[in-house]
Amino acid sequence: MNPWKKDFPILFQQVNEHDLVYLDSAATSQKPNSVIEQVAAYYQGYNSNVHRGVHTLGTKATDAYEGARDKVRDFIHAKKREEIIFTRGATTSMNIVARSYAMVHCKAGDEILLSPAEHHANLIPWQQVAKVTGAKLVYMPLESDSTILLEKVRPLITNKTKIVAIQHVSNVLGTINPVAELAKLVHEVGGIITVDGAQSVPHMKVDVQELDVDFLSFSGHKMVGPTGIGVLYGKEHLLNDMEPVEFGGEMIDHVDLETATWKELPWKFEGGTPIIAGAIGLGAAIDYLQAVGMDQVEAHDRKLTAYALNQLQSIEGIRFFGPLENRIGAVTFNLDNIHPHDVATVLDAEGIAVRAGHHCCQPLMRLLGETATARASFYLYNDESDIDQLVKGLQKTKEYFMSIT
Amino acid sequence: MSSLDDLYRRVIMDHYQRPRNKGELDNGAISIELNNPTCGDRISLQMNVENGMIKDARFLGEGCSISLASASMMTESVKGLSVDQSLHLVDLFSRMMQGEEIDTDEFPLEDIEALTGVAKFPARIKCATLAWKALEKGVKQ
Repeated sequence: MNPWKKDFPILFQQVNEHDLVYLDSAATSQKPNSVIEQVAAYYQGYNSNVHRGVHTLGTKATDAYEGARDKVRDFIHAKKREEIIFTRGATTSMNIVARSYAMVHCKAGDEILLSPAEHHANLIPWQQVAKVTGAKLVYMPLESDSTILLEKVRPLITNKTKIVAIQHVSNVLGTINPVAELAKLVHEVGGIITVDGAQSVPHMKVDVQELDVDFLSFSGHKMVGPTGIGVLYGKEHLLNDMEPVEFGGEMIDHVDLETATWKELPWKFEGGTPIIAGAIGLGAAIDYLQAVGMDQVEAHDRKLTAYALNQLQSIEGIRFFGPLENRIGAVTFNLDNIHPHDVATVLDAEGIAVRAGHHCCQPLMRLLGETATARASFYLYNDESDIDQLVKGLQKTKEYFMSIT
Repeated sequence: MSSLDDLYRRVIMDHYQRPRNKGELDNGAISIELNNPTCGDRISLQMNVENGMIKDARFLGEGCSISLASASMMTESVKGLSVDQSLHLVDLFSRMMQGEEIDTDEFPLEDIEALTGVAKFPARIKCATLAWKALEKGVKQ
């Protein structure tokens, strides 16, 4: 058996009288015992607010919360802990960049460059920025296999380009975008790059200094951590110049009746009681992933994705979306004449969980010429046997619909 | 796959593959477009209503077997109904989707009855109800 599966208790259950085969980790990952236990340990042993109490539990909670920040800093190799902001998730992180950075720095005539494959969370905030500031959205062309060709993007990066906003790994296609190269190009023209790392940080070593990205957003729940916690990484000088988007307790320095000043980084962006249990859980998730080793995780997930693409080809009438190589974490497909919702329902009856729909990427779906697709996504607790079950399940799906029509 | 058979009755697959009343009506018809934002299903429903009676109904749509079969059945059953009767049918259908037993003497459900099994698949109820929401919105215009 896969050496890590045993750590994830949820996977050992029957769903519709079959052993659960969980292939929806791109939507949310499962959690190992260590994460569940550490969140429980906080609530059972030292639940307290942070940064204010002088009492012992408060100190313990503060140490754990700030300790989690150090783990995140180390995990993505940020220069300073001040560059790590805890948020509700990648969506919130990207909205902070749009509202607090882009709304201030963009003006009419500026350009924001993005890919048409973006998740709605890295698309709609930019539409809002464009609406308010008069900046223009410019879309990179996609190749027939939905990948980006750097040579075709290069001429689109000009003195007008203020922001490149792009996903590191596509949640639909599993494609890996050339983020470091894009960062270099946009820096040459004085712009910045903000990266949606929701699907890359869980699966591969992401080093913000090596990639030289200006902002990186990701969610805890997709990397074996709890829901409701995410991270905004930003370069210190950029974050320093940005105004907070939420005002209230925790984030202030000095308050008068008419005015207030903010705490220093990172706390000026963390108004209100922070997501303490979530941060502690994320810290535990990072400990878990680092004990496995991110190189190991990446190799495993790449291998499984390649295996899935290979095995699924045996199914007659299957159509894949995205390239057939250099992808990680997800395989997206449709079966001829069977709608993906119907595919997902029959698979569910076999205990196999996949996602069907537009995956929060409606513009990409239109480019693919589909209204919806089925997606199987993988993580370290999956193995070849899960994919073999998926292949069997899809064969059954075809047989089933043939039998009733 | 016995519970699946409750969902995918033959009559549903028949409506899915040979949809009734597929198409558009001429100008002057009531026209409604509805999406199911969580999954991308889409229906465009057109109806001719004269003197409080639904004379004709056509639809175009994209979606799964359940949503398109439900649309096909809905258009078939509302033709000839008064607006009030059609709203009554919307209510019956919604109760059916919540798992309530429907007294078919009260209202002949015909093919629609085949959708009873959807109630056991909570994730698919929104597929079945899309066309009915469009109907409700349309006749209330």
